[in-house]
Amino acid sequence: MLAWIQHAFEMVVNEWGWALLRGALVTIQISFGAFVVGLLIGLVVAMAKLSGNAPVKKLANAYTTVCRAVPELLLILLLYYAGSDAINAVLRLFDMAPVDLNGFVAAVTVLGVVQGAYAAEIIRGAVQAIPYGHIEASKAFGCGRWLTLRRVILPEMMPYALAGLANLWMVLIKDSALISVVGYNELLFTTKQAAGSTRQYLLFYMAVAAIYLLVTLLSNAVFVRFERSFRRWMPAH
Amino acid sequence: MRFEWMSSYGQFFIDGLTITLELLLCSGVLGFLLALAVGFGRLSRQPFIAWLSLSFTNLIRGTPLLVQIYVLYYGVGSLFVSFPAVRDSFLWPYLRDGFWYVVVALALSVGGYVGEVIKGGLRAVPKGELEAARALGMPPFMTVRRIWLPRAIQILLPSLAGESVLLLKSTALASTVAVMDVLGAANLVRAQTLRTYEPLLSVALIYLVLAWLIERVFRKLERRIPVRSAI
Repeated sequence: MLAWIQHAFEMVVNEWGWALLRGALVTIQISFGAFVVGLLIGLVVAMAKLSGNAPVKKLANAYTTVCRAVPELLLILLLYYAGSDAINAVLRLFDMAPVDLNGFVAAVTVLGVVQGAYAAEIIRGAVQAIPYGHIEASKAFGCGRWLTLRRVILPEMMPYALAGLANLWMVLIKDSALISVVGYNELLFTTKQAAGSTRQYLLFYMAVAAIYLLVTLLSNAVFVRFERSFRRWMPAH
Repeated sequence: MRFEWMSSYGQFFIDGLTITLELLLCSGVLGFLLALAVGFGRLSRQPFIAWLSLSFTNLIRGTPLLVQIYVLYYGVGSLFVSFPAVRDSFLWPYLRDGFWYVVVALALSVGGYVGEVIKGGLRAVPKGELEAARALGMPPFMTVRRIWLPRAIQILLPSLAGESVLLLKSTALASTVAVMDVLGAANLVRAQTLRTYEPLLSVALIYLVLAWLIERVFRKLERRIPVRSAI
């Protein structure tokens, strides 16, 4: 038993430790990039849903409905191919040679577009939780749309959105594993290679599960701290 | 966009749809039973049971479903292969197919996610109703069966609809371990016809319709429950 543990440790940590660590870093980078992209998309779509005219609203609703009802894996496959085709079509328009899409950019964009739908719903809910009088007051003071957004809506919605956004971050870390299906070299893809070449499937997949668990538990601890510091200046009920 | 391949490959989609629905039903039922156990376990006064349920939820919700499927299919599956006794047993045809590994993985995942939802619903049942049941002399199990659980599920119906759609989306991961669900069928058509978008878009449409149907069924169920409103 002890010999087996030593053997397992040697294989996972000594032989594949650096590769797994690099994979974990790539996973965190993808998730973070997608989080930023998702937030930007979510913000725009939420504003469109709240104050856009009818056709814009319909478009925004269609986007969030489709992205939340179709499996992420399918969307990733679709957007991955559609994205690289679209870029190459644009390049052909300018008489340039087609390129192989940068896997990292593709992964970030695809995950960001998929999670933007969830971000939009979270942000919309948070904006609606702001007492309407505050926005009216800002208008009464003559603040323009942009100033109201920057000074009143965004800061005031943050505490309401925080729990949902924390959840979104966790979902993103987990969904980034789906990128391994299209062959980009992140944590799960590295693990697949490790498991395949050593034929120790159970060992390596358990190890990668432990790494993901560590990342999500650590993120959770960070978000709990955030929430505490946000709640300090929220009115007590 | 060209769809003439539909006539020769349509059967694949119908077979795939059957597998997807089977996955949804099997893992939904098994997972819901597990979720009930986890939900009650989270509220248990026994510290060990409460700790066990909490650890299970954290483990399931902290790791990607794809990794869980790989652990079961490649990891545990490779263990089974190394035992000749398992390979000769009557269970082998089931253990060779990815279908049941995916069902188990999905059921565990539903247990973790829905277990937490059910815990919330059980907590949301007004205490007075449970006290009333006890005052009428109902034994604990009967209270659970007749009052606590039905009331909790009634409160939870909208969230359960959402969780069911999430489960439907999760079944698509079965295609990564060579199960021919509806996305697997699309991948097969993609490989054979060399067309990328048409099969994937058709399957996206199928998922949209299924998600809409699930929402509709749950809305019907919700409407069947009489609600006394003040207005």
